[in-house]
Amino acid sequence: MDQFLQQMVNGISLGSIYALIALGYTMVYGIIKLINFAHGDVYMIGAYVGFAATTYAQLGFFAAMVISMVSCALLGIIIERIAYKPLRTSTRIAVLITAIGVSLLLEYVMMFFVGAEVKSYPQLLSQKVFNFGAVQINMQQIYIIATAVALMVLLQYIVHRTKTGKAMRAVSIDPDAAQLMGIKVDRTISITFAIGSAFAGAAGVLVGIYYNSINPLMGIMPGLKAFVAAVFGGIGSIPGAMIGGLSIGVLETLVSGYGNSMYRDAAVFAFLIIILILKPTGLLGKNTREKV
Amino acid sequence: MLEVKNLNVHYGVIHALKDISLKVEQGEIVTLIGANGAGKTTTLRTISGLIKPTSGQIILEGQDITALSAPQRVERNLSQVPEGRRIFPAMTVLENLELGAFLRNDKAEIKKDMAHIYELFPILGNRKRQTAGTLSGGEQQMLAMGRALMSRPRILLLDEPSMGLAPLLVREIFEIIKSINQTGTTILLVEQNASMALSIANRAYVIETGTIVISGTGEELAKSNKIQQAYLGGE
Ligand SMILES: Nc1ncnc2c1ncn2[C@@H]1O[C@H](COP(=O)(O)OP(=O)(O)O)[C@@H](O)[C@H]1O
Ligand SMILES: [Mg+2]
Repeated sequence: MDQFLQQMVNGISLGSIYALIALGYTMVYGIIKLINFAHGDVYMIGAYVGFAATTYAQLGFFAAMVISMVSCALLGIIIERIAYKPLRTSTRIAVLITAIGVSLLLEYVMMFFVGAEVKSYPQLLSQKVFNFGAVQINMQQIYIIATAVALMVLLQYIVHRTKTGKAMRAVSIDPDAAQLMGIKVDRTISITFAIGSAFAGAAGVLVGIYYNSINPLMGIMPGLKAFVAAVFGGIGSIPGAMIGGLSIGVLETLVSGYGNSMYRDAAVFAFLIIILILKPTGLLGKNTREKV
Repeated sequence: MLEVKNLNVHYGVIHALKDISLKVEQGEIVTLIGANGAGKTTTLRTISGLIKPTSGQIILEGQDITALSAPQRVERNLSQVPEGRRIFPAMTVLENLELGAFLRNDKAEIKKDMAHIYELFPILGNRKRQTAGTLSGGEQQMLAMGRALMSRPRILLLDEPSMGLAPLLVREIFEIIKSINQTGTTILLVEQNASMALSIANRAYVIETGTIVISGTGEELAKSNKIQQAYLGGE
């Protein structure tokens, strides 16, 4: 039982990170129906920005977080403007291929500048460990979970209570009708990319702290898993991405803990396949008909 | 108030609007009637800025708005109730109405207008916390109209508000259109239901395959033989 609880704690920490990344996938999909395959790489860039902020500028956790989120928000806006916006009326496959191109570009441009080797984060948080019976929670895990919860609450607030959030929902439902309300569609799409990318940036810093190692290809696997999480939760659904992220994190940790960590990644993708067979729209996905 | 001059619209190679010109004076109800596929929706969408014309001009209150985006036109108090209502089904009735006032910041006045909408359409007041997708067709039409009114339009474009509604409800909707007009909103009404539209319109245009073929006062057109045969089911 204790071991199980310990695995849950670890799983929820990891899952919080997946959830933060998954939110970006789901928000962007919701608004322009694009699987933004470059999203995992935005998260990688966020990790490097955090690395630079803490190592070279010697900033603390919060400052690094804010700088990373702002940089990634700008990066997200730029990617959308340059790569996706000109293809707004193109076929979806063309945009998808472009997204894969952007992903590779970010990975290898980064590799060119920082090298392929692994870098490690300085110690930002205390190494304190809290014991609850036999279950241990360390400081990093507390920061990860607290940051993720705070950002998700903020996101819910933005989406449901602010004008910007209502505009985002309106554009994702019906861009033409949204324009008739006076909503600027391009601006709303930019904001969506900014928020999604900022969350990926936050996740990048958290992972840098948690695993203490980053490299230019680190975005690939978590990116894919966060994508699985978004699909599991029902792509386009914000609560779905949160639940999906946590579920994938817990699943992965349990498989490593009780089974074999070699099967961890396989288990996640097997899970995706089962979901797609049983409930193609995901947990909270709507049965939306495709618009022609 | 609104003037459309020699408007041409193409969908690829399809020439959907051919040199359309029409005029709506301040305070009028003008109707544009025509069969399915004639180009009515295309006309309204072009006036609202959702479609860019290949040539022609749209003049609103003396100013050329042809180059403005759809949101900029809303800012100039031009509002459209689109064909098929196009409410936001996953959002509540209240949120839909709030979106109608998206460009406004005068909270107190918005509240007043909201109360006015609930007076005009009491059913919306009863259902304000309900998601809009659960409303009936008639209620959705009322919501779409209420939502458009929340922007305080000086000119309101309505695209087939009677579509798919029972005759009793159609009558009610048309009464409401008349009362909206009486409070000072100019109206351009697109309809397939010609007899209803002509009964409340000051003036009317008839569109056939992208061309205006007849225009006149509502009464004149209601009496015209050609209209009788083509649109009013007369002998
Ligand atoms: N998105 C579109 N792409 C291509 N053709 C269109 C499109 N929308 C409308 N049309 C064509 O333009 C013509 C006018 O359509 P529309 O304006 O919807 O007519 P109405 O509203 O009078 O029924 C029709 O022939 C229709 O097939
Ligand atoms: Mg039509």
